[in-house]
Amino acid sequence: MVQVVVPDAGAPVLDAVFVVADCMRMRPLQEPRSQAATHAGTAAMRFRGVTIEFALPRGGHYPAVAATDLAVGGNEFVAIVGPTGCGKSTLLNVAAGLLAPTSGAIEVLGAPLAGLNLSAGYLFQQDAVMPWKTARDNVAIGLEVAGITRAEALARAQAWLKRVGLAAFGERYPHQLSGGQRKRVGLAQVLIRDPKILLMDEPFGPLDAQTRQIMGNLLLELWAGDRKAVLFVTHDLEEAIALADRVIIMSAGPAARVIGDYTIDLGRPRDAQEVRLLPRFHELHKAIWGQLRAEVLKAYAEEVA
Amino acid sequence: MSVGRAKLLVLQALVAVVVIGAWHVGSSVPIGGVYFLPKFFFSTPADVGLRVWTLFADGTAKIVGCKEAIEIGRLLSISDPCFGKTIWQHLLITLTEGVLAFVIGAVAGIALGFWLARHALMSAIFDPYIKMLNALPRVVLAPIFMLWLGLGIWSKVALGVTLVFFIVFFNVYQGVKEVSPTVLANARMLGMSERQLFQHVYWPSALSWMFSSLHTSVGFAIIGAVVGEYLGSAAGLGYLINQAEGTFDTTGVFAGMVILAVFVLIIDGLVTLVERRLLVWRPPSAAGQG
Repeated sequence: MVQVVVPDAGAPVLDAVFVVADCMRMRPLQEPRSQAATHAGTAAMRFRGVTIEFALPRGGHYPAVAATDLAVGGNEFVAIVGPTGCGKSTLLNVAAGLLAPTSGAIEVLGAPLAGLNLSAGYLFQQDAVMPWKTARDNVAIGLEVAGITRAEALARAQAWLKRVGLAAFGERYPHQLSGGQRKRVGLAQVLIRDPKILLMDEPFGPLDAQTRQIMGNLLLELWAGDRKAVLFVTHDLEEAIALADRVIIMSAGPAARVIGDYTIDLGRPRDAQEVRLLPRFHELHKAIWGQLRAEVLKAYAEEVA
Repeated sequence: MSVGRAKLLVLQALVAVVVIGAWHVGSSVPIGGVYFLPKFFFSTPADVGLRVWTLFADGTAKIVGCKEAIEIGRLLSISDPCFGKTIWQHLLITLTEGVLAFVIGAVAGIALGFWLARHALMSAIFDPYIKMLNALPRVVLAPIFMLWLGLGIWSKVALGVTLVFFIVFFNVYQGVKEVSPTVLANARMLGMSERQLFQHVYWPSALSWMFSSLHTSVGFAIIGAVVGEYLGSAAGLGYLINQAEGTFDTTGVFAGMVILAVFVLIIDGLVTLVERRLLVWRPPSAAGQG
């Protein structure tokens, strides 16, 4: 259950301080770079002092995310990395409009977000395609519900299936496809609507290592076409560096915050597999891992305590 | 299982041979001067087979030893003591009752299931009453339906409806409730309106749950019809069995049971065909349940 709180300009900061102090997790706020300032004006999406709390069943609140400011540029691929349970996915759900923040506000393409964020496409971690529709019908549905004729929707769906390498699998039902193939269907289903923003919640999480890398390359290839703004949540730092322009590090929960923001200056086009062999990749990995490791250990200590 | 198909069929047939053989020996062959299965109570497989055969070959329903019935009929100047109905007509009546019970029960169950699944407050209010009605053995409702609706088909349909309704209702309710939150969130992110969510998400999900219980609910529709007929009617399979019982016609009762079993088996086969067509999207392990 999310607390419904009317956004209030003064509240986020106070809330955050309260939340952090309450959890005895006070630590100096490091802000390597002020995102809000850097990307002013061009942001596809902007979080302003977003705080998210969950009501606990026995009363009281669990602070999931503490005051977060974050901006995603118009053509920017941003990856959020953090330990398990740090509220990465929660933040993404807020960006999608599936969850209302306790305080703070989201701006999408310059306008405040109210309700669902329909300029965004959302690729979920779990299987989200409809099991009762064939691959082609699943891809076409986003166009059909928008009022496009079925014939045209199906034709365009077939073209998208081809782009994700499933041209011959249109008639299959999801249970007849492999995990990787279902992700491809999901990707086509989201991209066929041509959203301005792409939200991805550990989309390749359930896949095996090889398939993940192949899917990473497919994603980069599709993304290179029109460079949508991407917010990509993952717990895999290597994946984040291999794919993204910027890697955001979140602290361990409760009251997770952005504690690191790294620009990934690896060239494009990139090969998500090959790039991992570059010396610069290792430098970046080493630098970011130093900070992430402490948070992962903290989250782990929390879990076994 | 490593048993081949042919071998399995032989073994299955063997079960029938043993059971029918034991029945035959017990009822027709005196062992030490004693029939273990006296004809009066158990009839014999040959008699039952013959009766089933004559019922269909003859056309007219004579589960009651009709010679006697005709005698009585003459005395009472009833022109047709067997009500002029062939076995086919009796089957048709039972089938009609079953189909009506199923359709009405399913439609009501789907409607109420959807409504309550989407309205948490209504669901909470009606919850104890629905549980109470479901806990009630439905057979006790038969007398009240007889009083309200008479001895015609509608009292049987009503009984069947009470059986079918709850099965369909609970499954549709569950189907709507159990829609994967991820699939639902995804559908909403794809821009579906409430109406489109119903059409593309809730409805298919509820339907799959309903179909998984289709064998049970169709079976219950027939049970409702037959039990209703048995308790008071002038036609149908349940009526034929009741008539046979009333005249100590064991052969007639067994013949009615055999016909009923085959009848339900055929309907169940049809349900399987419908199910295979409509639930192609389900993984085989899940589709085989229920």
